Amino acid sequence: MSNVITLNEAAVQFDTHHDAHLDHHHKETFISKYVFSLDHKTISKQFLVTGIIWAIIGGLFSVVFRLQLGYPNSTFPWLEDLLGHWAKGGKIQPEFYYALVTMHGTILVFFVLTAGLSGTFSNFLIPLQIGARDMASPLLNCMSYWFFFGASVVMMSSLFVQTGPASGGWTIYPPLSALGDASSGSKIGMDLWLVSMALFIVSSLLGGLNYITTVLNMRTKGMSMTRMPLTIWAFFFTAVLGVLSFPVLLSGAILLLFDRNLGTSFFLSDIVVAGKVLPNEGGSAILFQHLFWFLGHPEVYIILLPAMGMSSEILSVNSRKPIFGYMAMVGSLFAITILAFLVWAHHMFVTGLNPFLGAFFVLLTLLIAIPSAIKVFNWLTTLWRGNIRFTPAMLFAIGFVSLFISGGLTGIFLGNSALDIHLHDTYFVIAHFHIVMGVASFFGLFAGVYHWFPKMFGRFMNNTLSYIHFWVTIVGAYLIFWPMHYEGLAGMPRRYYDFSNWESFKMFGGLNEFISIVSIVVFAAQLLFVINFFYSIWKGRKVTTMNPWEATTLEWTTPIRPGHGNWVGEIPEVHRWPYDYAKESKDGKDFIMQDVPVGDDEEKH
Amino acid sequence: MKELFILAIVIMVFIVIFQIAKASEYVSVLKGEEKTRKQNNKINGFLLVAFLILGLIGVYVCNEWFFKKTLFPQGSASVEGEKIDFMLYLTIGVTGVIFIITQILLFWFAFKYQEKEGKKAFFFPHNTKLELLWTTVPAIFLTVLVVFGLINWFKITGNPPDNAIVVEITGHQFAWEMRYPGNDGILGKKNYRLYNKPSGNILGVDFEDINSLDDLHTTQMHLPVGIPVKLVIGAQDVIHDVGLVHFRMKMDAVPGIPTTLWFTPKYTTEEMKVRTGNPNFVYEISCDQICGASHFSMRGVIVVEKPEEYKKWIADQKPEYYSLFPDKDPTKTTTDSTKAMAAVLPVKN
Repeated sequence: MSNVITLNEAAVQFDTHHDAHLDHHHKETFISKYVFSLDHKTISKQFLVTGIIWAIIGGLFSVVFRLQLGYPNSTFPWLEDLLGHWAKGGKIQPEFYYALVTMHGTILVFFVLTAGLSGTFSNFLIPLQIGARDMASPLLNCMSYWFFFGASVVMMSSLFVQTGPASGGWTIYPPLSALGDASSGSKIGMDLWLVSMALFIVSSLLGGLNYITTVLNMRTKGMSMTRMPLTIWAFFFTAVLGVLSFPVLLSGAILLLFDRNLGTSFFLSDIVVAGKVLPNEGGSAILFQHLFWFLGHPEVYIILLPAMGMSSEILSVNSRKPIFGYMAMVGSLFAITILAFLVWAHHMFVTGLNPFLGAFFVLLTLLIAIPSAIKVFNWLTTLWRGNIRFTPAMLFAIGFVSLFISGGLTGIFLGNSALDIHLHDTYFVIAHFHIVMGVASFFGLFAGVYHWFPKMFGRFMNNTLSYIHFWVTIVGAYLIFWPMHYEGLAGMPRRYYDFSNWESFKMFGGLNEFISIVSIVVFAAQLLFVINFFYSIWKGRKVTTMNPWEATTLEWTTPIRPGHGNWVGEIPEVHRWPYDYAKESKDGKDFIMQDVPVGDDEEKH
Repeated sequence: MKELFILAIVIMVFIVIFQIAKASEYVSVLKGEEKTRKQNNKINGFLLVAFLILGLIGVYVCNEWFFKKTLFPQGSASVEGEKIDFMLYLTIGVTGVIFIITQILLFWFAFKYQEKEGKKAFFFPHNTKLELLWTTVPAIFLTVLVVFGLINWFKITGNPPDNAIVVEITGHQFAWEMRYPGNDGILGKKNYRLYNKPSGNILGVDFEDINSLDDLHTTQMHLPVGIPVKLVIGAQDVIHDVGLVHFRMKMDAVPGIPTTLWFTPKYTTEEMKVRTGNPNFVYEISCDQICGASHFSMRGVIVVEKPEEYKKWIADQKPEYYSLFPDKDPTKTTTDSTKAMAAVLPVKN
């Protein structure tokens, strides 16, 4: 530890209250402080703000395509003013509809819920909660953000090319994504998508390696692995998942670039497109799906685990009770991490996969329900006989558990291959993954922002706006996605631009309109959050105590506005686990912080 | 103009909400922040339990409204699909009970154990018995679901009965093509390089293969009721998917990799019109894998009819070979039958 401190000392910028240390003060320019910052806290805010911008764009896309789904027979002339030939005559064109759907998925899955979620909170909380002055490599950390920024620029530019952005779905299955003749979105837009994802993967790997190294090597004295808060465990497993699975997607993306531009046949065989007989033979379109889902499935846990970790922490803090079954929580995170690598083919039950092989994927998929059940029951027991404070963060954490239950249970339908035959690629799937991975993880993200905002900016967010945000979002999320299960049970396929020509699917017109209206309202409520967020950074109520939520973890031992280096003077030593709530402390509080030595009258943890 | 007006109203609403929120913050400072916090706590505790109650009512109402619109009240139109319907009811039963119990516990605990003056939370860090309980009970339920699931999965994906008829279905942007094997019961070979649009050989059938000479190429699929059918599925350009919602069947169509599925239709189209109460009912083939801009309109139709009607329909179809090479068609030439047979010899296309 000691040499790490020496390395960082030059960069340590002490809190302004401590004028005595000002001679150490490293001269910071605007560029080094806010742009190419090496401070993990600033980098985390960069990820968060970039993520919020992407979330607004991705959310807006869903509002636009919901207009088409809710009102397939109406025209919106103002859309033509905004979008030109993509909305000719005020009607969203099918190519554009598919581009919107594809970009909505790509943006939300990768740019918001991967980079915006673990990029923000792994960066912010790992050093603060394990007691480190910064990441193992602040430089790689800075590069991680700027590779993400580069990926964002490339993806954004793909929205403006003449032939449009990628439009083959966020899963970009070839041959559709490989053949420009098959879809206009598979022209230059697809190359930009692949380049952007390659940059994104580099960013994710740089970040992930840093998180793993920091958690393993830079914990403060006394912070054994089993004294880490569950947030850190979750970020650690998330990083492991990313480091082991993202390279596989990179290989798939590069092979697809080769197929597109260099005439190789990794994924192409026996194809006649637009009247032309292609020379490619011997490739396998299904191979790409294996490569994609080998990342793609761990990816949903990359999104979900940080939300689980933060919700666990917030539920415990605000129940004023230790998290129930700490070791079981860590064990179930570990089990989910291992199983996440062994279930990818459950996305491929109807590709012609060997049924015998499919049977193993059914078994392994449904096994995930066991650690998930453990987590749910442990969260419920954490609430039991607590003394609960409904902060906005706590409400979102409770909402997370509710959504995780609802969406997790429908996973049992889809993971069972026989039932998946009927439900595959229907609205049932949309309902399932939006609830369990989309909305639930967003709830984890919001819970994290509300809970750690005081630590990030030294101010509180507005409570009234936060409560409105929560109630509109949870009610809206259920109103949008719950009825979609019924559309799925009716076999309504996903990714359809218009259902009115289908005798089998046209009876849900009214429901589709209702869902569209609710999704516009919910989107507006998210804008309230954005306003609240940015307003509160500068104008929010100031934090006046070091530990506003009365939590036990180390980030609340730092100054209200910690400088680069986090702690003034020595890093605190850890003496106990992070969940000593519902205990009598010496000063009459109901919790004991991690850096308080274990008294003689206490049993050791 | 109308749009600008709506936009202005939306912005006004935002400003009003924002001002109220700001004002409430000042009020809370005046009233005492601790007091406001406790009030908020009570309000949100109440709202959580209200959300639970209204939510459960909503779940019930939603089911009343929409369950009849799903395919399940009318039952599966294929014998094999009944297994899937059974799986669905079993899974809804198991997960439904867990859903209701856990959601009630979640919101009820949140309400019941909300912060109260002078109360202290119970220090309860772990309990091995409880944790073992909720590891093993879900494991038992899941075992039941996996066992039923796999038994049905292997039945559905296993080999079709010997009396199954074979129909080939090929997807391309954005339509389906069917091929029937004709009297010999064997589909002729195909080679995608033989694709030739001007000649009409859009499936790339190899007419040097003698088995292809009596094959039928149609755009609609006709099936006899009660007889198993095996679909041989292919695609020409991108991945498509043969989605047969009423039969509860689905299988991807992948270029270069043939796939299959089989099922036994239970009801004719006419019977389904009565069963569903929809006089326009048709069995539709929906493409269930995104395949390009007109993916949503890639529709096929299956007519299920009585075996004798099916036989008649088959007899009325002309082999593709004769439509592509009319001069080889014996019904159009005046020569005697031996010469007609000679004309049926393979030719290069």
